[in-house]
Amino acid sequence: MYNVNCDVAIIGGGPAGLAAAIAAKKEGAEKVLVLERDNAPGGILQQCIHPGFGLTRFKAELTGPEYYGRFVDEAKEVGVEYMLDTMVLEVCNETNEVVCTSSRYGLTCVKAKSIVLAMGCRERTRAGIMVPGTRPAGVYTAGAAQRLVNRQNIMVGKKVVILGSGDIGMIMARRMTLEGAQVVMVVELMDYLAGLTRNRVQCLDDFGIPLKLAHTITRIEGNERVTGVWVAPVDDKKQPIADKAEFVECDTVLFSVGLLPENELTRKAGIAIDPVTNGPAVNQYMQTSAPSVFACGNVVHVNDLVDNVSEESERAGKYAARYAMGKLDGEKKIVKCVTGRNVRYLCPQTIEANEVDGKVTLYFRVLQPEENVRLVARCGDTQLAKCKEFRVNPGEMCHLTVATKDIDGDVTVDVVKED
Amino acid sequence: MKKEIICTVCPRGCHIMVEGAGDTVSSVEGYACKRGLEYASAEFAHPVRILTTTVKVTGAQESLLPVRSNNPIPKEKLFECMDVIRAIEVKAPVNCYDVIVADICGTGVNIVSTKTVEAE
Ligand SMILES: Cc1cc2nc3c(=O)[nH]c(=O)nc-3n(C[C@H](O)[C@H](O)[C@H](O)COP(=O)(O)OP(=O)(O)OC[C@H]3O[C@@H](n4cnc5c(N)ncnc54)[C@H](O)[C@@H]3O)c2cc1C
Ligand code: SF4
Repeated sequence: MYNVNCDVAIIGGGPAGLAAAIAAKKEGAEKVLVLERDNAPGGILQQCIHPGFGLTRFKAELTGPEYYGRFVDEAKEVGVEYMLDTMVLEVCNETNEVVCTSSRYGLTCVKAKSIVLAMGCRERTRAGIMVPGTRPAGVYTAGAAQRLVNRQNIMVGKKVVILGSGDIGMIMARRMTLEGAQVVMVVELMDYLAGLTRNRVQCLDDFGIPLKLAHTITRIEGNERVTGVWVAPVDDKKQPIADKAEFVECDTVLFSVGLLPENELTRKAGIAIDPVTNGPAVNQYMQTSAPSVFACGNVVHVNDLVDNVSEESERAGKYAARYAMGKLDGEKKIVKCVTGRNVRYLCPQTIEANEVDGKVTLYFRVLQPEENVRLVARCGDTQLAKCKEFRVNPGEMCHLTVATKDIDGDVTVDVVKED
Repeated sequence: MKKEIICTVCPRGCHIMVEGAGDTVSSVEGYACKRGLEYASAEFAHPVRILTTTVKVTGAQESLLPVRSNNPIPKEKLFECMDVIRAIEVKAPVNCYDVIVADICGTGVNIVSTKTVEAE
């Protein structure tokens, strides 16, 4: 077996891994090594050729390749090293060893002082949500279709129905339309949009693509190739009303039904997973239940804005570097972050309340859309932070920043209705 | 003519009613801030969009080069621009922001590369 030593090993070279690597180098870690299974860094942004990235960070509307391109340039400047075409198979947090296979070196063991998990997420598939019917060609996840169209020059179909109103699905609706396909409709189970309003306007309304809220696909038809789908409205228990189902002709179905953090490695390493986010539970340093292992980006929780991914990943990289240099010591007063009214999950899940003048940003998603609300973070009855919002919805992440010196117990976040 | 425009400037997504004829706006209602007023008026008179797509690239490891319009293009010209871009093939190496099509369809806007692609 080939052996490599480094200070910080980073698994995944997407936007999360790149930002963590740069931050670790800047914090003073000597050898920072990114392990990436693809033949180039960039992660999923390589196929996200549309604009909408970097508004917060660069105050410009960049495309995916422009956004990660800036990080690739900076990584080069500060001396981040890569092993590309390298698939990580196992992480051992006790010995800090990462086992991988590389097309160049074969089976390789990377020995590190700290490890950053940045493997991103994968899409939920048709099997994941169980749509009955035959198994013809022409059924894709929206992300797989995006990769084929934008990176491999393979057009996936001519007449398309999309299930799910997530951003990737809507962006593919526009992409396929511009490439000459007809997008017949976008079908959404919930009675509200899953993605951003902006994408609805610019990807669906602009091209007259109908959005069917509170509808679902009940069946896919076709033997060799898809010939159509049955689309039915749902009742208030989300059950399809079968006798109102209509047949919609199409040759392609795209599923845009959500993303799941990619955590096989994390689970195998015995690191604690939050059952709601499906990602590792972390504290404000993005440190997992294994002290030498940090995590950031979509592997922790699915982000809608890559700008947030870069921010939290810089934190992961910075503290992973400090840990590797023996500068992150373990004096601990750990408090939990607790989900209150209309909060689905919170990240970080724990806070180390030991810094004198530290600040922690709590990222969270609501369970239900609501209007005229106040976001409140509190310790018992003491308010730590609050903010008014006109509208919240599960598709757009919320955040509140609290000072660690004010924290003397578990932190609860509530979304409170204003009258 | 009356038109409902959903403001996309911030996540609040106000539904704004704009009235006018051609590119003159006579009344705007339902916006919650000045940015929304500006957006809705511009969107009514001259809707524009950033266009992103790909062109074929030869002599490189990858087969497609992502490109964008360096400025927004009138919405009604998007398909015309796509027809021009579809016929184009470039040769590696290409740098990020190299001009791929200058002044596309007389819009004064350039189509530029969004990625650096090295020759194989
Ligand atoms: C299809 C799709 C489309 C998206 N579109 C948008 C969008 O339009 N706008 C937006 O803001 N966000 C979008 N997102 C969200 C976007 O993924 C995140 O904002 C951002 O890319 C997350 O970065 P990341 O580094 O965490 O993950 P990724 O970009 O997924 O990077 C993870 C990297 O880890 C590598 N990896 C995984 N497992 C291993 C392993 N075992 N060994 C070695 N390497 C490994 C992968 O190859 C990949 O390069 C999209 C996500 C998906 C899945
Ligand atoms: S009008 Fe103002 S508040 Fe309303 S969506 Fe537009 S920018 Fe936001």
